[in-house]
Amino acid sequence: MKRWFQSKSINTPSPVGAALSYLMLGFWAFLIIFPLYWLLVTSFKISSQVTEGPFYLPFVDFKPSLDAWKYILVGDLSRDTLRNLSNTVIVAPISALIALALGGTAAYALVRFEYRPRVGAILTFIGCVVLSIIVINLGVAWQIALAVSAAAFIILLQTIGRRFKRALGNNDIAFWMISQRMLPPVAVVIPIYILFQRLHLLDTYAALIITYVTSNLPIVIWLMRDYISTIPIELEECASIDGASRYRIFWSIVLPLAVPGLVATFLFVLVFTWNEYLLALFLSSAKVQTLPLTIVAQNATRGPQYWNMSVLILIMIVPVIVIAIVLERYITRGLLIGAVKG
Amino acid sequence: MGWALSLLIEFIIMNTQTEESRPSRLHSVISNAADRLAGSVFILPTVLALLFLSLFPLIASLYVSLAKFDIAPGGFKLTFVGWDNYKKLLVGSEGTHFLGKFAPGTPLTWIVFGGVVIALAIFLARYLLNARVSIGGLIGRVLLALGSGALTWMLVHTLWNGGRLGTASVTLVYVFVGIFFQYILGLSLAMLTVQNLPGRRFFRVVFLLPMMITPVGVAYMFRMLTDTSKGPFTPIWQALGLVDFSWVNNAWGARTAILIADVWQWTPFMFIVLVAALESQSIEPLEAATVDGANSWQIFQHITWPAILPVSMTLILIRLIEAFKIVDLPNVMTNGGPGTATQSLTFHAYINWRALDIGASAAVAYMLLFLVTFFAMIFVNLIRQRTVETL
Repeated sequence: MKRWFQSKSINTPSPVGAALSYLMLGFWAFLIIFPLYWLLVTSFKISSQVTEGPFYLPFVDFKPSLDAWKYILVGDLSRDTLRNLSNTVIVAPISALIALALGGTAAYALVRFEYRPRVGAILTFIGCVVLSIIVINLGVAWQIALAVSAAAFIILLQTIGRRFKRALGNNDIAFWMISQRMLPPVAVVIPIYILFQRLHLLDTYAALIITYVTSNLPIVIWLMRDYISTIPIELEECASIDGASRYRIFWSIVLPLAVPGLVATFLFVLVFTWNEYLLALFLSSAKVQTLPLTIVAQNATRGPQYWNMSVLILIMIVPVIVIAIVLERYITRGLLIGAVKG
Repeated sequence: MGWALSLLIEFIIMNTQTEESRPSRLHSVISNAADRLAGSVFILPTVLALLFLSLFPLIASLYVSLAKFDIAPGGFKLTFVGWDNYKKLLVGSEGTHFLGKFAPGTPLTWIVFGGVVIALAIFLARYLLNARVSIGGLIGRVLLALGSGALTWMLVHTLWNGGRLGTASVTLVYVFVGIFFQYILGLSLAMLTVQNLPGRRFFRVVFLLPMMITPVGVAYMFRMLTDTSKGPFTPIWQALGLVDFSWVNNAWGARTAILIADVWQWTPFMFIVLVAALESQSIEPLEAATVDGANSWQIFQHITWPAILPVSMTLILIRLIEAFKIVDLPNVMTNGGPGTATQSLTFHAYINWRALDIGASAAVAYMLLFLVTFFAMIFVNLIRQRTVETL
């Protein structure tokens, strides 16, 4: 009787514990799978079957039809779908990888180095930026305005900027970075649109990738900072005594040990960029549209075309699921075990 | 846009800063020049990228929020109007929409408000009686007390007795109730799936699925699911005698539906980060504790919890910032209704924006920015620092 409640090892639950665990896991899995099942069923319905009431089982309740799938994949919408799918496939992984590379190094830097940006320098910089924006708005040519404000900045930095000795620390830098995500996209899209319009980058991959990288950098930095700070510093000290450079330490010690965190973070950024809607709506007009735009476009004047939406949503999640299954094995226990022993 | 020049300027600042930066504990063994520059090399690309794309929108939308936006021949025209957009939100015609409809106070109102005021007074008094009082700390705490007091005042007058929540309060409800359930569920599921159970990898992948659906897609999916006459739960509604009842017409019913969708969608975010955190825990302390006869609650409390606390704090902060921006779910599921009962702040900004009142929209967005900053500052300076540093 007692062995039912006894666990065999630290990480293996007792039989009763395992049964309870499965019960709870199964319950939550049902809550997740049922809505997805409903999407799948809906994708095989025609419009009257959706509007006339709930039908649950294909062939039993209703006669499934491939109309929506045909419409999306080989019919009228197929050119749009395939173009937008390939755009999404290009933009999302590239943005995620760049964000991971930049954010990973910055996170490491924020954990292991000490930065002391001076308040005086920052305030002078912001002041000069505001000044140049106002001056440009007043009609002065931007080249002159920027040259003048740059000169003013350097002079002020050498004079007034030096008087404010108060300096900020790493935590303030990190907070500044995460605060970049606080403005809602509705407020940000118009300035970003104007910015890329001036750079003649609208409707290009570059615009989407640059925007996605910068908007996801703060998340990468914050998540990676926590993972990297769990890596024992002793390893780095040993390597450093053996003569390894900073870059080598980062590349061959920190990165391999941070793999679980990197994988989890990559997955997030990939998913966020894969699914992003509002910025894509503004920055792309035809050539580089992504799939979320196709989904929203199915909300026509006749009301939402749920069957088409379901097909598109299912098409969108399949690649991400494959990537998640492949990557999941890297988020495993024990990468750190044994590293410190030697 | 001469951003190249401003990048150059920033490069100069960074260089002047990193002269002072030094590797914290290794610095005695680092000698060569490349290594001394490592501090800037690691962080500079990120700082430049963020400055390039974040500073301009921030300043530009601040300016727009102080202006009136008009379509003009060949583009648009901005007329500076000062605080008008903000005044309209706080005391003017948009006041009930933004802050809510204030109801006359009941005894309960005064009891709750009085309780909060006393708590804040105690909080301030305890800090003042402390030996180490700094000006910055004092200003921060006074602002915290005033802000919380004002928010409580707003909530106690709009929550009951015929009051109506404004978009600010509705957003707070979404954020705090949502994050609470997401964290609890995410942590429980993570603890369950790090156990050595056959099939746990299957569960992990399944639990990740909701996050992978595009937010607009989730919103339309839940609009299908919550339909009381054609959705899959219709038989249940009928059995409960609720078939004529539409949750869309009930303010709290509609909010609950949106919260359920939000929790469904974002629990995976908490879940997967917590799984990675639990997995990267080293196993020796756990084994040692088991050998010493600690029970599983003690192990959780003294070993696991401290280990995942920093990651948890980061997660909650990120979700706090993201959740304030909720817009797709109310927009698609209820269209903000009944009335304005399910509108979030971003949705409010979006409505103004659709009406081409870009200035008012930017003002709402900036009010949202103040609210998020308020809560994020409290979180980072008081809660995160206290919990993470006392370990």
